[in-house]
Amino acid sequence: MSSPSDESGKKLGMWLFLYTEIILFGGLFVLYAVYFARYTSDFIEGGKELNRLFGVANTIILLISSFSVAASITAIQKKEKKRAMAGIVAALLCGLVFLVNKFFEWSHKIDLGIFPNSEKLLDGPPGQNIFFGLYFVITGLHGIHIILGMTLLFISLVYVQRNRTNHERFALLENSGLYWHLVDLIWIFIFPLFYLVI
Amino acid sequence: MEVVNSFFVTPSSSRLKGIWSWLLTTDHKRIGLMYLYSILFWFLLAVLLGGFIRLELMFPGETFISPEVYNSLFTLHGVIMIFLFIIPALPAVFGNFFLPIQIGTDDVFFPKLNLLSWYLYMAGGIIAVISLFSDGFPDTGWTFYVPFSISTNTNVSTAVFAAFVLGMASMLTGLNFITTIHRMRKKNMGWMQIPLFTWSLYATSWVQLLATPVVSITLLLVMIERYIGVGLFDPAKGGDPILYQHLFWMYSHPAVYIMILPGMGVISEIIPVFSRKSIFGYKAIVASSMAIAVAGSLVWAHHMYTSGMSDTAVFVFSLLTFVVAIPSAIKVFSWVATLYKGSIQMAPPLFLSLCFIYLFSVGGLTGLVLGAAGTDIYVHDTHFVVAHFHFTMFGGTGFAFFAALYYWWPKMFGRMYDFKKAYIGAILLTGGFMFHYVPMFILGLQGMPRRYFDYLPQYAKGNFFAGFGAAFMIIGIFLLVINLLLTLRKPMDASSDPWGGTTLEWQTPSPPPLHNFVKEPVVLDYPYDFTGVVKKYAKNTKGE
Repeated sequence: MSSPSDESGKKLGMWLFLYTEIILFGGLFVLYAVYFARYTSDFIEGGKELNRLFGVANTIILLISSFSVAASITAIQKKEKKRAMAGIVAALLCGLVFLVNKFFEWSHKIDLGIFPNSEKLLDGPPGQNIFFGLYFVITGLHGIHIILGMTLLFISLVYVQRNRTNHERFALLENSGLYWHLVDLIWIFIFPLFYLVI
Repeated sequence: MEVVNSFFVTPSSSRLKGIWSWLLTTDHKRIGLMYLYSILFWFLLAVLLGGFIRLELMFPGETFISPEVYNSLFTLHGVIMIFLFIIPALPAVFGNFFLPIQIGTDDVFFPKLNLLSWYLYMAGGIIAVISLFSDGFPDTGWTFYVPFSISTNTNVSTAVFAAFVLGMASMLTGLNFITTIHRMRKKNMGWMQIPLFTWSLYATSWVQLLATPVVSITLLLVMIERYIGVGLFDPAKGGDPILYQHLFWMYSHPAVYIMILPGMGVISEIIPVFSRKSIFGYKAIVASSMAIAVAGSLVWAHHMYTSGMSDTAVFVFSLLTFVVAIPSAIKVFSWVATLYKGSIQMAPPLFLSLCFIYLFSVGGLTGLVLGAAGTDIYVHDTHFVVAHFHFTMFGGTGFAFFAALYYWWPKMFGRMYDFKKAYIGAILLTGGFMFHYVPMFILGLQGMPRRYFDYLPQYAKGNFFAGFGAAFMIIGIFLLVINLLLTLRKPMDASSDPWGGTTLEWQTPSPPPLHNFVKEPVVLDYPYDFTGVVKKYAKNTKGE
């Protein structure tokens, strides 16, 4: 069997996987780039409709959560189980707050009649339809990734609690952390592309 | 060599019994064989579907199926052949089985992930079948082009989801292989001592990782468009259908290198063994594999010369397409140079490899006709294209698949097959192949479009002949498969090295034991050094 202690091999596998995730979102960012070139003014108009306050808040929340995951990985290496668990719980809470914010943002937009295939968008300029179409598709897919990341963190939490993840074997926690950082990183790109269009 | 139980006898987890010792195994060899059985099933099914298409086209007008069924048939043929056969065939079957053995280790790095990939593969296949029996199989062709794929009433969503799941299986396999090659090689095996089949899998795996996510997101978008109707590809809503084609080919062109690279790896293994001569240009073959992986990712838009692009873009993509032909040609010349002045031992694997070189060269050269924008305008979407990609995909990867089966069958199952039937099957297959696809080149140049149910009277003769070729080809395929299956009734009596190979898989008994090696394998300084093999065989002819 493969030597179970090859932690850096497991990390290599995780990095390769993260790479595929980047390309997955990359396809959508290609679409964004092409349509932005075509409908620049519509994209700027669309960006003004989004609530920057929510965007900034969510960015800060995700940055804090990334910090607490990183802190929990350092804690587990220093055999501080309680702190490690606290870090993961904090990250999970941040993820939850992010999703709640997103829920309010989406429902506000839907109340205004802005959602895919809505009459308001179809009757308006085509560039705005594309802008909000991309907004819902990209933030939706990102939201799914937040949920996946939270699931991974939760599993890591259970493993830490049962001492199956400890200062010698923490690849699961570290890989979940890497995944969480990636989800955070993708948001760092989404935020300026939608909320801060020029 | 002491007698040890093969992996057929020893389950990978000793708790597992009977069928569970296969379905829950983490042994890369058992997983490889499970892939083999399922892939063979899909392949033979899609061969028969292709046969029906040809039978229908033998005579003008409706012969025995309706136009709707015909559309579903070529879609199904394409989807099964691409996603369920050619892409996984060599990496999933032979890669799984031989990659760990060739680098002298006992399994892949993530054995459980490997099993998961198999389940994803099976799930993808089953979802594809479900789409067939629910609302009628999609009639879009395997490319799922918008806007038709979004507006048609057939069950495109399910078929697209099947392709998405299969893409995940392929991605995870690639991830597993890269990690395995990096972390689990025998300590004294440097990068320039890795066998060429493993090298080709390494290049393939990178393409799988690079390209597959793009098609995943594209297929997801097709589903989103069908269910929600965002309009990202709909001109009425501000979208652009051409962008779909770009995204689709950004994966699907590199995917043709996922299909062919492992095939080239197989041929690079077989040619030196049966020439008793070290491979010509080992480093050039390695470098050209990586060059194909890189350059092949940059040529996708040559599928779209007629879709609407700037002249500059057409020029650049045409140039890049010609560039990507160079590394492929390097390989072909290296194989031929290996044969030159070798002491050639003819055997079915070599015979199939020689057919591969010929057919693949024809396929590659006609590819340049299509890669040059000027000529492509005339033959775009004609039977010329169909003939071209069957020469590369089937004449290339398909023949490499059979060559690999015939090369490694004694190692995998411990039984030697009948040479005579193998030769007859291979000759029928190759002869039928030529009869089948050469008329299509001519039909294409005369202007017969692909995917059409009916045709003008002047195309009747070519289509009629092609039908006969198809019949010979199908008989040849079944003969080749049945010949192998017949050996399963015989006792396991193949020696550990029936061909005189130098790579590590020939240093272990046939079939290999659970942990692959009985004693530590010896890594040669140069993986294709045949001096030892030549000495051994020289002794045998003197009767020692």
